[in-house]
Amino acid sequence: MMELDPTETFRQEAAELLDSLETVLLDLGQTPQDRDLIDAAFRALHTIKGSGAMFGFDKVAAFTHDFETAFDLIRKGKIDADRDIVTVSLAAKDYIRTLIDDPDSTDPIIGEAIVEELQRLIGGPAAAADNKPATDIEREAAPTPAGWMIEIAFEPEILRNGTNPLVLLDDLRALGSCRIQANLDAVPELAALDPEACLIAWTVTLHSACGKDEIEDVFMFVRDEMKLVITALDEVASPLFAALDMSMPDVEPEAPAPRAVAEHPTVAAPTASAAPEKVEFNRRADDKSSTVRVQAERLDELMDRVGELVIAQARLSQLAHAGTDLAIKAIAEEIERLASGLRDTTMGVRMVPMGSLFGRFRRLVHDLSRDLGKPVDFVAIGEDTELDKTMIERLADPLVHLIRNAIDHGIESAERRAGTNKSPTGRIELAARYVGAQVLVTVQDDGAGLDTARIRAKAEEQGLIQPGAPLSEHEIHQFLFHPGFSTAKTISALSGRGVGMDVVKRTIEAMRGTIDLTTIPGHGSSVTLRLPLTLAIIEGLLIRVGEGRYIIPLSAVEECVELTPAIEARSKGRSFLNVRGDLVPFLRLRDLFEAEGEADPHQKIIITMMGDTRIGFVVDQIIGSHQTVIKSLSKLHADVTMFSGATILGDGSAALILDVAQLVTLGQNRAESDRTPEAA
Amino acid sequence: MQQVQSQATPAAGPTPAIETRLQVLMVGLGNEIFAVETDMVREIIDPVPVTRVAGARSFLPALINVRGNVIPLADLRIRFGMTRTSQTPDTRIVVVEVEIDGDPVTLGLLADKVYEVTEVSTKHAQQTPRLGSQWRPDFIRFITKWNDEFVIVPDMARILG
Repeated sequence: MMELDPTETFRQEAAELLDSLETVLLDLGQTPQDRDLIDAAFRALHTIKGSGAMFGFDKVAAFTHDFETAFDLIRKGKIDADRDIVTVSLAAKDYIRTLIDDPDSTDPIIGEAIVEELQRLIGGPAAAADNKPATDIEREAAPTPAGWMIEIAFEPEILRNGTNPLVLLDDLRALGSCRIQANLDAVPELAALDPEACLIAWTVTLHSACGKDEIEDVFMFVRDEMKLVITALDEVASPLFAALDMSMPDVEPEAPAPRAVAEHPTVAAPTASAAPEKVEFNRRADDKSSTVRVQAERLDELMDRVGELVIAQARLSQLAHAGTDLAIKAIAEEIERLASGLRDTTMGVRMVPMGSLFGRFRRLVHDLSRDLGKPVDFVAIGEDTELDKTMIERLADPLVHLIRNAIDHGIESAERRAGTNKSPTGRIELAARYVGAQVLVTVQDDGAGLDTARIRAKAEEQGLIQPGAPLSEHEIHQFLFHPGFSTAKTISALSGRGVGMDVVKRTIEAMRGTIDLTTIPGHGSSVTLRLPLTLAIIEGLLIRVGEGRYIIPLSAVEECVELTPAIEARSKGRSFLNVRGDLVPFLRLRDLFEAEGEADPHQKIIITMMGDTRIGFVVDQIIGSHQTVIKSLSKLHADVTMFSGATILGDGSAALILDVAQLVTLGQNRAESDRTPEAA
Repeated sequence: MQQVQSQATPAAGPTPAIETRLQVLMVGLGNEIFAVETDMVREIIDPVPVTRVAGARSFLPALINVRGNVIPLADLRIRFGMTRTSQTPDTRIVVVEVEIDGDPVTLGLLADKVYEVTEVSTKHAQQTPRLGSQWRPDFIRFITKWNDEFVIVPDMARILG
């Protein structure tokens, strides 16, 4: 059905490896001595090199080899991975990415410069006088013996995990002349033989000038699943060794069992996944649970199909409930249950953890912090918080803007911070968490906070407000979202061009989200984005106002109360409702929508919550809950503010979805204007 | 349901100076006849239930569901300052796709009557509208003749923009 281009597979795999390499390198910048991280980086490099060469990406393989060689010294613990090394390594990682994506656009001179820089950094502190290339230093450090005796014993599970020991033995042969001797002591009788267990051990006598580490490298990926003893030949008691050498004729590792399994890798793989309790044994296998790669368009298509199914199901339910046939009703209910389950599963499939997004911001902060000379710590919280894939993609650019702003404008220079009681290192916190059916993403800095006076001055200068107009701080801060508004005194490469915040706001609002800005002078600012979990389907409350039916997102609904004559009488002149002691303003949707026809004698008030604000909506009738497949409004209706989208009801007619956030703003403004004459 | 499939016509040049023949759908709006290029017509449907959109521009008063797509319904009579008349047995909705700022936008046009698909020539094109002052000239590409009657070839993108 689908042709797999192996090159494409390599690209995807390499992209993932490079991403994880970046994460590891950034972690390494924090904890330079962490051996696990260094090993992980080395493994990633090694795999890129190997598969790069396999798929004909020779430039990638060649450069990665040089990079790996230099990095090997770090791995050997000769030096720590300090900040400079991390920076160069990140540059190297970027270079590898360019080599893979667009090899023609690069110049090998860049690669050479990176390797030279890395070698300089590594060679510098360790052996300043020693100008020899890295590999030579290392060879000198370990005098080469005449050969090695290698004892190899794998864990029995290794075949099930997909390793072919024979390939590893071939790798050893590539290092020099080998005598390989199989030890069959552990192999049971034929009847008791488990063909998938590797019980053969090997002893290899390798005559080669290679280093011990080169032998270890052969087994790098299976090191945790085997016993490996490497002894220099001179250390082995010569007579014994000679005897061994004599008495044992060349035994080729005739291993029928491993061969049989290797020919059936498809059999071996499921066995491995069927025995998850053994996974902790294998460190490489446990970092990712088994996953399937699916094209994003297919997921979108699936979501569309499910959307159509949900609409069709709503029509079926409506018909079934109108009739009297119990059997049809039962089937309709069953289908409703299945459709809602399918909807949840499909949406779950589209959910991606925020961590996939946060990773790239660590790099951004790292680079900005270096470029601006402001030391900044980056803290990411809630990386497991999941959000719809399309939203994650659309969220990337706004967050880049916010983080840039926070570092460039928010965080003060180290000198200025020294003047306060803050730590000289700034702090950017990126947090994501669930609140009801929404996700809150916060970007917080511990910088100087917003300069309200300057924003005001700028707004007056640009003629956005009358000088001296009475405005709350909150209102003044809103000018930051005005197109072309910038208070930066100088335009840097990063910010100050006045594009950004308005784009951020527009993007977030297009996702039916809201953006909120708070600041404490001297202590920093924080920007909070409130986003719905998904863009595709929501649980809605179907209501009637006049002749029209509308949907209120159920996530926003707090409670429903009756608009009793008593409330009606009390609310004369102003529209406030007393909900257990709290004053909640309410809006009459009939007035707002200019509804025709008589008002229902028993109107209801739906109390909604948006952010920290509660507001009631007076409706004629509450019809019930409705699975709402969101259809965005046409471009021609871009000027419509009260509705965020539309959906199709069971009878096939369209219904509008209320934009609660916009209506709350509208309600607040009305409440303010209601209150003002009262106060006067 | 009546349906007229749009047919691919060779690209018709909009400039009336050179004679070109346009394949058009004749649509009655009020007392006027509009010639809508068949290139943009997707289908013609019988009236469906409409959903009023509060706060929208007056000539885009509602939404309709056409085969699972929610699209706006435009009433061009309002745009041309004609009086609205109530629905008759001849009323149809012409579903068109118009390019607005580079994006294709699908919408329904309310039509008092749909006549036929025919060809008009730019030969008889007249630039000056002979119809009252409420007609914005930029809404009209040109006016031509069909069966001895004047028909208006509207500029959809401008009307909707």
